[in-house]
Amino acid sequence: MADQLNQPLLQVSGVTKRFGGFTALDNIDLIVRPCERLVIGPNGSGKSTLVNCIAGTLRNEGGSILFDGRDLGSDPPHGRVRLGLARTFQIPRPFVSMSVLDNLCVPLEYAARQHIKLGKSEIAEAAMHLLEQVGLADKSHALSRGLTQVDMRKLELARAMAAKPKLLISDEAMAGLSASEVDDILVLVSGLQQQGVAVIMIEHVMRAVMKFSERVAVLVAGKKIADGDPQSVVDNDQVIKAYLGE
Amino acid sequence: MKNRTFAALAFATAVAVIAASRLIPNDYFFSAAYTVLQFIILATAWNILGGYTGYVNFGSAAFFATGAYSSVFLYKALHAPLVVMIVTGTLAAGLLGLAVGYLTLRMRGVFFAIATLALAVVLYTFVVNWDYVGGARGAYIIQPRVIPFGLPRYIHLLYSAMVLMTALALVIARAIETSTIGRGLAAIRDDELAAECAGVPTLRLKLFSATVSGALMGMAGTTFPYYLAYIEPSAAFSLSYAVNSIAMPLIGGMMSWVGPVIGAVLLGSVQQIVQVTISSAWNLLIVGVLLVAFVTLAPNGIMGWVDAWRRKRR
Amino acid sequence: MEFPTALVLNAIIAGLLLGGFYAALSVGISISFGMLDVVNIAHPAFIILGSYIAYIVNGWMGVDPIVVSLVVSPLFFALGILLYRIYYVCFERRGQESLRGLAFFFGILFITEVALVLIFGVDYRMVRTAYSETTWRLGPVDFPMRLVVPFLVSVTMVVGVQLFLTHTFFGRAVLAVAQDPLALRLMGVNPTRVKGLAFALSIATAGVAGAFLIVIQPVQPAIGREYIGLVFAICVLGGMGSIWGTLLGAFVLGIAESFTSTFFGPSWAPAVSFGLLLAALGFKPSGLLGR
Repeated sequence: MADQLNQPLLQVSGVTKRFGGFTALDNIDLIVRPCERLVIGPNGSGKSTLVNCIAGTLRNEGGSILFDGRDLGSDPPHGRVRLGLARTFQIPRPFVSMSVLDNLCVPLEYAARQHIKLGKSEIAEAAMHLLEQVGLADKSHALSRGLTQVDMRKLELARAMAAKPKLLISDEAMAGLSASEVDDILVLVSGLQQQGVAVIMIEHVMRAVMKFSERVAVLVAGKKIADGDPQSVVDNDQVIKAYLGE
Repeated sequence: MKNRTFAALAFATAVAVIAASRLIPNDYFFSAAYTVLQFIILATAWNILGGYTGYVNFGSAAFFATGAYSSVFLYKALHAPLVVMIVTGTLAAGLLGLAVGYLTLRMRGVFFAIATLALAVVLYTFVVNWDYVGGARGAYIIQPRVIPFGLPRYIHLLYSAMVLMTALALVIARAIETSTIGRGLAAIRDDELAAECAGVPTLRLKLFSATVSGALMGMAGTTFPYYLAYIEPSAAFSLSYAVNSIAMPLIGGMMSWVGPVIGAVLLGSVQQIVQVTISSAWNLLIVGVLLVAFVTLAPNGIMGWVDAWRRKRR
Repeated sequence: MEFPTALVLNAIIAGLLLGGFYAALSVGISISFGMLDVVNIAHPAFIILGSYIAYIVNGWMGVDPIVVSLVVSPLFFALGILLYRIYYVCFERRGQESLRGLAFFFGILFITEVALVLIFGVDYRMVRTAYSETTWRLGPVDFPMRLVVPFLVSVTMVVGVQLFLTHTFFGRAVLAVAQDPLALRLMGVNPTRVKGLAFALSIATAGVAGAFLIVIQPVQPAIGREYIGLVFAICVLGGMGSIWGTLLGAFVLGIAESFTSTFFGPSWAPAVSFGLLLAALGFKPSGLLGR
């Protein structure tokens, strides 16, 4: 069991991504173990590109991405979600013509079903349960296009959770939220760890970074310059240099 | 209602309608009803890709004509029975939908739309130059003298076939709409990237949708050569099919299978009346004006009003 | 099949002349579709409208159709402003351009065509100009003036549009709106206004191209549709939003069509553009000079 826990869940090695002449990711290595909480941030460039490469919405040019011992190669995003690799979008992208509840049924039917047997009524139950967790239960039948920004972010997170992932990548879920809302979401995400889900958070909100993370990785100009526990990263010379200048 | 119940009900209604129609002595009724039913199928088929999935097909006429001309080919080559024609034409148009979809559905949606515009002209040119099926001059299709099931005239048989095909199209559309596939298609329509990232195999579903939609449009065209008894390219490829199959779902409402039916019955009947009383050019103008009026002023169509009214009452 | 030199030369020249005219047909689409991301499939309807206006005024006052079209181009410009306004308010602002916006333009295309049928009938109309019957001969090669004059004006217009886009503030704003509307807003320019004016420009080019069309061949309301595939084929083939690419794409298409009708018969010509479009869409959507 202990051995299994030490096996990396996600192993990114040497991933490179260029846009024309611009190198957005330069030879990135990153390892995430099961149930681990990793924050990538708090600032710097290339984070969203990395998320997109891992989720499969962008193709990396060099390097490989292994998930759960399997090379993702050129698997399309939906294949990766089905393996248990879910992501949220920085700007919420709800299915606007559907009710809040139906939004969650999509990943439940298309992704979660791949590894958990779910009947029709169980899907509705599971969706409702998730909505209770994020505090949207009373809006379950409202159209998602009418939600407030905060509720949309919660829905975005719930929809990723509905895929029943082993690893959830959250892309700036907290931007623009109030302190108490940040805490709500932190509680949610911490709860995921207890359910055996590893989490990568891309985050600016410094309080969230320090409170949440067991490990912090820092990307600057497409290169990873630090990776370790929060305190050691904050003390890292290169990080200080990158943030405060020479 | 379960899909199986709905299917049983739909086909029972179809049979009842066919039986009841025997009491109508007027042949004009059959030919008018045939046209309206044909539009119901076209609108329903268009809506599977357009309304459910969000991809605009301007080439309804191409798929319809594929069905019609595959029947002409079978008539010339084998004197095949009507059932064989219907099945073959449906499959051929489905394959065409799959092929066009495969070429263009990997790109932004608008390229699919433009490709379907192009498709109609390519196929038209092809048929015009294909002498075996009559080329530009057209071809005569003689209705068989022996009419099965003791029906008095051949139009009765065509009409009955159309009623059954309409029932089939509605059953399929509703089944898709209420299934997991339907939810996947709706997710694609709302946000394709988000759908893909929620585990929906978007390309496969789009191809499925394009294939079924194309197949049903083709099916509507398979009996057309017999209906006219003479077929020429400009009749089979008439722009009226393209504009009607877009206008009907948009006017009726695109979110459910009911919308296209409402739109088709309404617009189809209006056109039948105008065609008789004024002229066919005017009825095309009416369709165009209604299309633009609805799409700008009432984007959710008639069913949109109904839904809004229902929500208010709740 | 044989390819006699004279026939081939004539096909090339006819193709180039035709290509210049095609560039005028499609430069508007390169602006609206390529740069502004407004999928105006009704573009050919405005071309045909331009043809009929040139036809009426020519029959009435005997003015050369191309001159007429240049004089009435402000009307087309105004029509473009109005149309974009409706499009923006009803579709773009609501994020419904992909489905309902397309259906809207399809409806406009259809209404224009049917209205012209109701007014003028389905007969072919044509215009006789001072140069309609003249043909220059250079050895075995023919230069029919009814093709040469539209070619010259058309290439001038397309080059003019390109220079306008690259050398004026407004033109550069149009190019910027294609790249980054937000940056434009930060510069204090309203992207919607820029888009509206650029769209109006695209409709104005359609009106002028309509006059070329009726000089070159007889016109009937329904032939607009045949040009839908053509203009989009050229736009995609040339690389979305590149005016030079449009010119090049137009020449390629003109020559391809001219060869097809010379060696396989004119009835196959319409399939060329659509075939090329399907091929371009399927295999190289970034176009010849694609970004």
